[in-house]
Amino acid sequence: MKIGVCLKQVPGTTKVEVDPQTGVLKRDGVDAKLNPFDLYALETALRMKATVPDTSVCAVTMGPPQSEEIIREAYMTGADDGVILSDRRFAGSDVLATSWTLSQGLTLVGPFDLIICGKQTTDGDTAQVGAELAEFLGIPHLCNVTAIEELNEEFLTAVMDLPGHVQRVKVKLPCLITVEKGIFEPRLPSFRRKLATADRPIRRIGLDELPDREARHYGLDGSPTQVARIFPPESNQVRETWTGSGRELADRAFAWLKEHKFLQQEG
Amino acid sequence: MAELIIHPDKITDPAAAMKLCPFGAIVDEAGQLTITAACRMCRLCVRKGPAGAFELREDASPAAGADIGSWHGIAVYVEHEGGKIHPVTLELLGKARELARKSPQPVYALFIGAGSRQAATALLEYGPDEVFVYDHPELTHFRIEPYAAAGADFITRVRPAIILVGGTTVGRSLAPRLAARFRTGLTADCTALDIQPDGGLAQIRPAFGGNIMAHIMTPKRRPQFATVRYKIFPLSEPEARPSGKVTVLPVKPEFLSSAITVLEVKPKPAVNGIEEAEVIVAAGRGLKKAEDLAMIRELAALLHGEVASTRSLIEAGWVDPRRQIGLSGRTVKPRLLIACGISGAIQFVAGMKGSETVIAINSDPEAPIFRTAHYALVGDLYQIVPELINRIKADGAAAFISSGAGVP
Repeated sequence: MKIGVCLKQVPGTTKVEVDPQTGVLKRDGVDAKLNPFDLYALETALRMKATVPDTSVCAVTMGPPQSEEIIREAYMTGADDGVILSDRRFAGSDVLATSWTLSQGLTLVGPFDLIICGKQTTDGDTAQVGAELAEFLGIPHLCNVTAIEELNEEFLTAVMDLPGHVQRVKVKLPCLITVEKGIFEPRLPSFRRKLATADRPIRRIGLDELPDREARHYGLDGSPTQVARIFPPESNQVRETWTGSGRELADRAFAWLKEHKFLQQEG
Repeated sequence: MAELIIHPDKITDPAAAMKLCPFGAIVDEAGQLTITAACRMCRLCVRKGPAGAFELREDASPAAGADIGSWHGIAVYVEHEGGKIHPVTLELLGKARELARKSPQPVYALFIGAGSRQAATALLEYGPDEVFVYDHPELTHFRIEPYAAAGADFITRVRPAIILVGGTTVGRSLAPRLAARFRTGLTADCTALDIQPDGGLAQIRPAFGGNIMAHIMTPKRRPQFATVRYKIFPLSEPEARPSGKVTVLPVKPEFLSSAITVLEVKPKPAVNGIEEAEVIVAAGRGLKKAEDLAMIRELAALLHGEVASTRSLIEAGWVDPRRQIGLSGRTVKPRLLIACGISGAIQFVAGMKGSETVIAINSDPEAPIFRTAHYALVGDLYQIVPELINRIKADGAAAFISSGAGVP
């Protein structure tokens, strides 16, 4: 069985602000890390590899050349192959263009029996790429998978989270799943594997190698949504700042709660 | 192909030019400035750089977009489980009506399910002009392929310009599937929506994973998909005299083909939902260890409220993930929210800004949470919270005695 796992490198910090005077984005440092939600996708892939004989795990990412680091990290935990989709012409991709690019890359290096994505990223926070990717690949998907009960060459049995219910479903492969945080406890990268995989190549794929080579399907041109402008979040106009000792502040808070009837006795 | 071109002759200070990019995509390669794949096409370099130094070269608009005038109407996807309508649907119908007043067009509801014919009538009082129903026993449980097939059939027949979907687990599974099928834009978890007179949907949401809001448009493709979390918009009032109608559309056999078999559907174990809470005491990174949650719980209990937290405490495993407030957690709208040791990242604020009153306790006077809070308590939560608990308990005891109870 061939399992693909989609990973993304995200900024190490979420501390990004807009300078209210100039409108320029301010971002501290450029350190980056593997999207924390993807650790669960990677772990799920590795657990499945351990349960189904002859299974390989391929880690796929899209991003600038330095996102290679997260493929190295995947190697250190047990992924067999790694692919990075990188091209300046992918810049400015929204959900649709990102999903399209990933679908092209996965088609090129696939086919996969099972594709696993994290629930969402910490930078885009949209949680929509998995389902769009499945649509482009023409396979079913399950979102918010909280447990996998069985996987064999033909079927996957899993539990997924719905607003008020949980659904146990059986799905015929190939399929794509997005997994919830906590489905499995992610393992740590192994130093032994780090040494063993230091020379393992990472396949780098640019736009010209993809099945669809039409440049306007990628990046900004391939993105139906456009950011018209960015602005700092509005702040509350009416507010009071209270300072003083802990005791004084507690007293004022108490008086406020009492005045506003939050301290009614029950019954 | 849209691309950014650098004109080096217009740049006198390359180091300053490199700093323009918040994503570090402008780099110096052997003495020559170049743009890497880290570029997000935010175009800040074009707007903020030296005049003419960065140029965005765009193709003349391709054929796509030529037909957008033929798409009309605002559709709301009816989120339900077993026919029980999720309240986010009513919130979205209210928003759709508001948008339709600014840019006149019909409001539709799309109801896919089993027995949806009957339930659809009840929806009419929330103001849709027409409820389109796909009713079939095999649509009892949500399975992505049949629901997407019915949704796609609706889009092809009705051609709505806008589709609003609740940002629930089902909505966030279905909306992207349909958006990809129609190769159109989808903006997830919008925190505000507005409409232009020409029908363009202005979608506001936090962006770039930071303290920034983005105003997003889908200029050339239709329908314009947006998902919105529960409790972002107010619940709309029912209408006394609904004038809309219900239209039943045929469920073709091919819609029902699916690789998924639903084995079992179980209700989730009941958790006191923070979404319904009137009072919430929320804790953030200012809390030093898991045991300190005890005082947060005690304060919440004294106020008959619920405990919630930011993402960091969920990641630390201290708090049940269902108690997370924020863009990746729940959206709450309590009468009172007390934020203890929470810095106020935009993702958190997005999930609680509908709170009627926010009291924030933070030792950092510059904490962003104070921009959202109505009452900013600059101080140590480890002093304030226990003191407050003591005061409330003493008051309760006083009330107990003065009421005469306990007097022999």
